Amino acid sequence: MTAAPRITIVGASLAGLRTAEAVLAALPEARVTMVGAERYLPYNRPPLSKDAAEALAAPGADAAAVFERLVLKSRLATGAVDMRLGVAAEAMEKDALRLSDGTVLRHDWLVAATGLRPRRLALRGAEGRRFVLRTFDEAVRLGHAMRPGARMVVAGGGFIGCEIAATARKLGLHVTIVEPMEQPMIGALGPRVAAAMAAMHRAQGVTILAGRSVAAVSDSDSAVILDDGRALEADLMVEALGSHPNVEWLEGSGADLSNGVLCDNRLIAQGADRLLAVGDVARFPNPLFGPAPRRVEHWCVPGQTARRAAETIAACETGRDPEPGFAPMPSFWSDQHGTRLQSFGAPALAEAAEVISGDLTQVGTEPVIVEYHRGGRPVAVLGLGAPPAALAPHRARLERALSPETVE
Amino acid sequence: MKVHVDMSICLLHGQCVIAAPEVFSFDDEGQLQWLADVDDGLRADVEAAADACPEQAIRID
Ligand SMILES: Cc1cc2nc3c(=O)[nH]c(=O)nc-3n(C[C@H](O)[C@H](O)[C@H](O)COP(=O)(O)OP(=O)(O)OC[C@H]3O[C@@H](n4cnc5c(N)ncnc54)[C@H](O)[C@@H]3O)c2cc1C
Ligand code: SF4
Repeated sequence: MTAAPRITIVGASLAGLRTAEAVLAALPEARVTMVGAERYLPYNRPPLSKDAAEALAAPGADAAAVFERLVLKSRLATGAVDMRLGVAAEAMEKDALRLSDGTVLRHDWLVAATGLRPRRLALRGAEGRRFVLRTFDEAVRLGHAMRPGARMVVAGGGFIGCEIAATARKLGLHVTIVEPMEQPMIGALGPRVAAAMAAMHRAQGVTILAGRSVAAVSDSDSAVILDDGRALEADLMVEALGSHPNVEWLEGSGADLSNGVLCDNRLIAQGADRLLAVGDVARFPNPLFGPAPRRVEHWCVPGQTARRAAETIAACETGRDPEPGFAPMPSFWSDQHGTRLQSFGAPALAEAAEVISGDLTQVGTEPVIVEYHRGGRPVAVLGLGAPPAALAPHRARLERALSPETVE
Repeated sequence: MKVHVDMSICLLHGQCVIAAPEVFSFDDEGQLQWLADVDDGLRADVEAAADACPEQAIRID
């Protein structure tokens, strides 16, 4: 081995932090620098649409105390990593990186952990009433506006939209989800489960306008105008329409940035052999689901990809080939109206869903377990209010069924 | 190595049971059980479990 490798990690959130830990565990002599655009220590995002959102909306909420509970625990020794917080990576300059404070950092390895930012409606106006939810600062701003009795429109019924809708109902807001597809969450959960979830939201008092989109917002009154001309009264509107990968800073690196950073199974970017990507921004092939590279926006992915990226760097530094066949099992959860969804595998890739325990008309009151199939084989298991002990055997069965190359 | 789960924040996601089944399990009532004193040979698995816990409920000493 030559001199201690210089490793720059861009993005100081879950994926960046876990990568720094894994790199230093594998290569204790490595010199690791982390660059994070937010001025906060790495923190946990999922509560921002759930209990932290509720806490931030409470009258006289103590944002600092809420933040304290979100900070990610870390195994990094103090000073082990050169942390540059509140500074963004701006552009690549050959084997160096220019930061927003003018610094130029040289590296042997660069790791992209820059995640996503919310997609906004392509509309002008009413900025003071429009919200997105990805960062703590955005959650604080939204929390101030979530007053009991306020009328809230959620544009986009994905997981984040549905979770914030449920939290807002709990806080006593009037909530309408405007979803362009036939059902909220239909892409992620399929039509049967999405319909059952929509019924649960309606039973909890959420209005769902499906097959509709927001066409305009009014500056003069509180109207949100839909594509069919209908006007909704809204004191606030949350735009939860999906997200854009943060990759602009990598332009000119040689990597394919068409949807995140395109990587091989080692997580090395195609076209830029000193660049790796981890977390939500990484698009990589997972042999559990065939050769097509995909981006996966679940909380488990940062941890899994961080370990893989560290293995790859350590292998290359020590002249070995990284082990082939990185095949992490995706999983996600979501909490809506007190019901936990817990999924293993890739329900979004399924062609059909089969209820294997419980009854979809009872979602929210009784546990339900659904198995998803593609080409006659299971690709995912989803529990709705199902205890984890009941899901465990199904997950184990799924793992056996998903032996590499069985799907697609 | 000592393992502790803060049951006031654990939401029974079960991610720890998947990552380190030798250490974490659910009993017949569906309650989380874990070994409080674990051989250092299992450190990597326990660390993976702590990382995978969405509630950050697992502490390793
Ligand atoms: C409200 C909300 C609720 C969620 N709930 C769940 C859930 O219930 N279950 C689940 O499985 N997943 C959930 N997720 C998804 C989960 O939080 C993400 O998968 C996870 O945060 C991804 O981590 P990451 O580190 O890859 O990216 P991020 O957490 O997005 O972090 C990327 C970081 O990079 C920084 N950055 C971007 N560009 C630059 C730059 N040029 N220079 C420097 N820094 C930069 C950003 O500021 C950010 O801090 C939720 C997400 C949100 C927002
Ligand atoms: S992963 Fe965390 S929250 Fe889930 S059961 Fe284990 S300790 Fe509890």
